Amino acid sequence: MDALKLDITLPLRSFRLELALAVGRETFALVGPSGAGKTSILRAVAGLARPERGRISLGGRVLFDAEARVDRPPEERRVGLVFQDYALFPHMTVEQNVAYGGRSRTPELLERFRIGHLARARPQELSGGERQRVGLARALARDPDVLLLDEPLSTLDPHTRAAVRAELKEVLDHLSLPVLLVTHDFHDAAVLAGRVAVIVDGRLRQTGTPSELIAAPADAFVAGFTGANVLSGRALPGLGGLTQVTLEDGGVLYSVDVAEGPVEVAVYPWEISVAREPAQDSALNHVRGPITSLVRIGNRARVQVGALVGEVTTASAERLRLEEGDLVVASFKAAATRLVERTAGIDGRT
Amino acid sequence: MSRSGLAGRWRRNVFVALLAFATALALAFLLVPLVAIFLRVPPRELVAQLGSEVAVDALVVTLKANAIAQALILAIGTPAAYLIASRRFRGRALVVTLVELPLVLPPAVAGLALLAAFGRLGLLGGTFDALGASISFTQTAVVLAVAYVASPFYLRQAIASFETLDQPLLDASRTLGAGPARTFFRIALPLAARGLSAGAALSFARGIGEFGATIMFAGSLQGVTQTLSLAVYAQFDLNFDVALALGALLVIISAAILLTVRLLPAWTRSSSISLFPFARFGSS
Repeated sequence: MDALKLDITLPLRSFRLELALAVGRETFALVGPSGAGKTSILRAVAGLARPERGRISLGGRVLFDAEARVDRPPEERRVGLVFQDYALFPHMTVEQNVAYGGRSRTPELLERFRIGHLARARPQELSGGERQRVGLARALARDPDVLLLDEPLSTLDPHTRAAVRAELKEVLDHLSLPVLLVTHDFHDAAVLAGRVAVIVDGRLRQTGTPSELIAAPADAFVAGFTGANVLSGRALPGLGGLTQVTLEDGGVLYSVDVAEGPVEVAVYPWEISVAREPAQDSALNHVRGPITSLVRIGNRARVQVGALVGEVTTASAERLRLEEGDLVVASFKAAATRLVERTAGIDGRT
Repeated sequence: MSRSGLAGRWRRNVFVALLAFATALALAFLLVPLVAIFLRVPPRELVAQLGSEVAVDALVVTLKANAIAQALILAIGTPAAYLIASRRFRGRALVVTLVELPLVLPPAVAGLALLAAFGRLGLLGGTFDALGASISFTQTAVVLAVAYVASPFYLRQAIASFETLDQPLLDASRTLGAGPARTFFRIALPLAARGLSAGAALSFARGIGEFGATIMFAGSLQGVTQTLSLAVYAQFDLNFDVALALGALLVIISAAILLTVRLLPAWTRSSSISLFPFARFGSS
């Protein structure tokens, strides 16, 4: 049985949010660009925003039903909401904050989230990661039936982000609660959640596991959002059952996907290899050009060649002595070249 | 250095000197009369005059009326301000304007209006008469006059304080199982306490100095409705030294209140927010 079910219409400032969703005992992430209506969905579940139409139920309890005129107030919903900036009460200590949600579980939660030593501290004195743990502990002290997380990592600096993300994953994996989290970062969603839904302008574009979304993005937006290079072109049936795509800049690529007419080509950076000369390998697609940018991130290097970004190991970049301005060939297989539907009006890149 | 540079420098110096002169003039104009009160009569004499029956009576009436008026302002004004601040309703701008109207109303007109409403022959006078209560020219009238004139100072500040509360904090309280009442007492009230205290201090200062509305609506009966301000006026012809002593007392009270308001933010910015009476009350 699904724990959280919603099917609502909620008018927002510039569009109408329409969405149906079912979340079981799992971590489910809603990802999308800012302004896609993600936070409003959490607010509707928590009872802080009233949908115009529809129904929200949690483990069989009806929280909202426009037709039956049911609209339970937030304090009766048993919904744990962790706010984007955590919304800790500044005039209370850590312990008082957690106890506000429920006194009986406070000692256990302080212990479990390793904030016992901060019990008497005030929120202003805590680091971002500590604040998040207090926010989580406070939401769970309520003994909620669902946990909602609003951009749980967005206020953290890049340095602590990875550590807090790993910590959060550990916590979420051990909760036997449905968790609905929203984020604008696909990578965060992929790490934290078992299932991900991409939402744009108040509508779901695609739902699936992170690897399903990467393997078969439904459209150019999802492809770009999940990190793919997205190029526009026109597809024609080509030789050997392959599809031949003529790009806008005149280049030609091949794909195993079948399509005809205007398409978007999606290629993930890690499927692109970079060489000084065209390699005598099985890859069909080659893009020749100078390296316009080379950025090292830890053990990886992101190499930009024309409109493509490829990802190679730092070791390979060193071995090939790659430098900005060098003329290179970026290669990728036709099997790694996905053709997706063109999405009107939205820039596929993030 | 060039000539034009020198001329420019000279012009700048003259300008700065003019600013300093204007500042000195303004400060002197504001302070000299206050200092004069204390210089006119020796301190020992001032203290002695404060022991006179007129002075003691006026002090008692003032403190009693203001204590009751402030209690009413806080008890009724705080929830009203919270409602006005947290709801968006039609005619809200009108309500806020009405709240602020007594701020600009001449106090004598306020007194007249109170008389027209609660006086023996006033709009509601008959109702109170039937209940066996006459309000005008009693201590109740002093309380009402003070409350009428002073409450807008508190209300305005309280509405502003509640409006600036961080909405997610109030939302968080609700999702954590607290109803609207608990959210008000434990989150909104302690977080707005600084602003509310400032508003209460300003309203208290205005109430202590109330003159026009009180003399119109309550009269100036020693020991009954004669407040400090009214006593200053009454003693002006009879015993100028008593008037000066009362004046000095009012200067000191007003300065103390102003100082409290000025020091308030600095005091609460330290980590000791929970020392606040409201917060203590809230976390019990």
